[in-house]
Amino acid sequence: MGTLAEEILSARLGRAVGAGETVVVPVDVVMSHDTTTALVAEGMDDLGRRVAHPERAVVVFDHITPAATVAAAQQQQRARDFVVRQGIPNLLTDGISHQVLPEHGMVAPGDVVIGADSHTVTLGAFGAFATGMGSTDVAVAYATGESWLRVPSTLAIRLEGQFPTAVHAKDLILEIVRRVGSDGARYQAVEYIGGAARTLSIADRMTLCNMAVEMGGKAGLFAADDLTLSWLQGRGSRPAAVVQADHPQYQRVEEFELDQLEPMVAISPRVDTGRPVRELAGLAVDQVFIGTCTNGRLQDFAIAAGVLAGHQVAVRTVAVPASREVYLTALQAGYIEILIRAGVAVESAGCGPCLGRHKGVLGPGERAVTTMSRNFRGRMGDPTSEIYLASPATAAATALLGRLADPREVL
Amino acid sequence: MARAWRFGDFVNTDQIIPGRYNVTTDPEELGRACFIELRPEFAATVAPGDLIVAGEDFGCGSSREHAVIAILASGVTAVLAPSFARIFYRNAINRGLAVLECAEAAEVADGAEVEVDLALGLVRDRSQDRVLRTRPLPAFAQRIARHGGVLELVRVHGSLNGDCGPGCGRAAATTQLESA
Repeated sequence: MGTLAEEILSARLGRAVGAGETVVVPVDVVMSHDTTTALVAEGMDDLGRRVAHPERAVVVFDHITPAATVAAAQQQQRARDFVVRQGIPNLLTDGISHQVLPEHGMVAPGDVVIGADSHTVTLGAFGAFATGMGSTDVAVAYATGESWLRVPSTLAIRLEGQFPTAVHAKDLILEIVRRVGSDGARYQAVEYIGGAARTLSIADRMTLCNMAVEMGGKAGLFAADDLTLSWLQGRGSRPAAVVQADHPQYQRVEEFELDQLEPMVAISPRVDTGRPVRELAGLAVDQVFIGTCTNGRLQDFAIAAGVLAGHQVAVRTVAVPASREVYLTALQAGYIEILIRAGVAVESAGCGPCLGRHKGVLGPGERAVTTMSRNFRGRMGDPTSEIYLASPATAAATALLGRLADPREVL
Repeated sequence: MARAWRFGDFVNTDQIIPGRYNVTTDPEELGRACFIELRPEFAATVAPGDLIVAGEDFGCGSSREHAVIAILASGVTAVLAPSFARIFYRNAINRGLAVLECAEAAEVADGAEVEVDLALGLVRDRSQDRVLRTRPLPAFAQRIARHGGVLELVRVHGSLNGDCGPGCGRAAATTQLESA
């Protein structure tokens, strides 16, 4: 009997555990990336231990890849050296960790996943308990195959209805974060329930789980269903232990009617500042960026291509697919060609300019409209630059008109 | 006497150490870039043992442990705040940066003269002549802190689970124990 988080952790531990208990839990997948692995390696060297289960370990190059600076190249040399020394069979360089782990079938429903990246919570979209930790905690997970955590209480988000035209999962999560607040789910699991939750695509679920951390959440969670299993089918994932919430005691339930939503934008420098785009439409914009672990999937590229087909962007625009698979599929579907012909700089798969290190860094006073998850001051470049968060539809409409635009303006 | 450095609510890890500066694991380099954009004078003027006093949800954002390394390398040994973001909180405990939870943290002024007693979990604000009590760490975190970090705990016990009595661990004097 418990919430989805409690049920997953109980199943993994073989005994019933509840919110508030501290547990040491076996970990099914441990992940670190090109900017966190060097520190993980230092921790492992300090311990003098080997990776307990190399087949459960994954190192992903996604943050600054291909390397943009000598310092980044050195970090990656250290990460490669770690992979070789530790005999880790999985070094992935084909996109953002949270996208390529499920693509490679490395995540299954019911898993416990620990990643040295705060957006590891994205993988809760597959019914896994996935959470971000620092490099030292991840080193311990590599070395022992276990991690410690407090079983979280759960904030349930009940979703009903259907999205209106031009409104997407990103608009919903910006509204959720606005209502819940930047720390409104601190230390909690955020479980998405209700009739509409079952109708959302895997891409939508990933967007919603991804930003659970922007409310302080420890995990974002969707119960696995037929859609999850069919998405994972043929990707070589381990047999799934599909777990459901069972008479859950939620700490709190927040209700959202999808029909009542409209395109949203979160204003620099806070994620919980969401407002309807129409209230700010016309705002000057210097750059548009479509991509990231929040919104760099095929569905997002389809939306952007739908808006930009046959047109030219009126402001510099960068698009970065979340993975090579997304890139290839978008290419085959014609979306990439549409974006390139529209004047968009389409960059190779990865985190792109989200971290302000390459592929579209902002100068002093510049303003970007992006599909990222964070608009912290200076994240994309100069500390006086500004980041506004929006859906791919809003980002593409903004690219088209050269100013902040409600996507309903261009339909 | 230590100085209090006051920061606001929701200080995120991008502000503690911006992404452009954390492409290294060298503590000195990270320490020099600590708060480089939010408070550019910080790294050059902070003194060993100084205290960071912050608002709600200190350390929110990315999982980068570089943020804790940067703060420790700057000479700061403790952060006092009403609440911490969870990944930062774990990273701090794992690396021996004291994280002191206290609802009245915001009442300490910037530049206040303070004394930190980690063993008792107390912060004395000399400027206001008052004592702030901080919340004891959760039991598991205390166990980690007693060992001076999670790596030492795993080294001593072979795993996270090792039997661990009150006398176990080398750092008993530097953590907020049950007495707080």
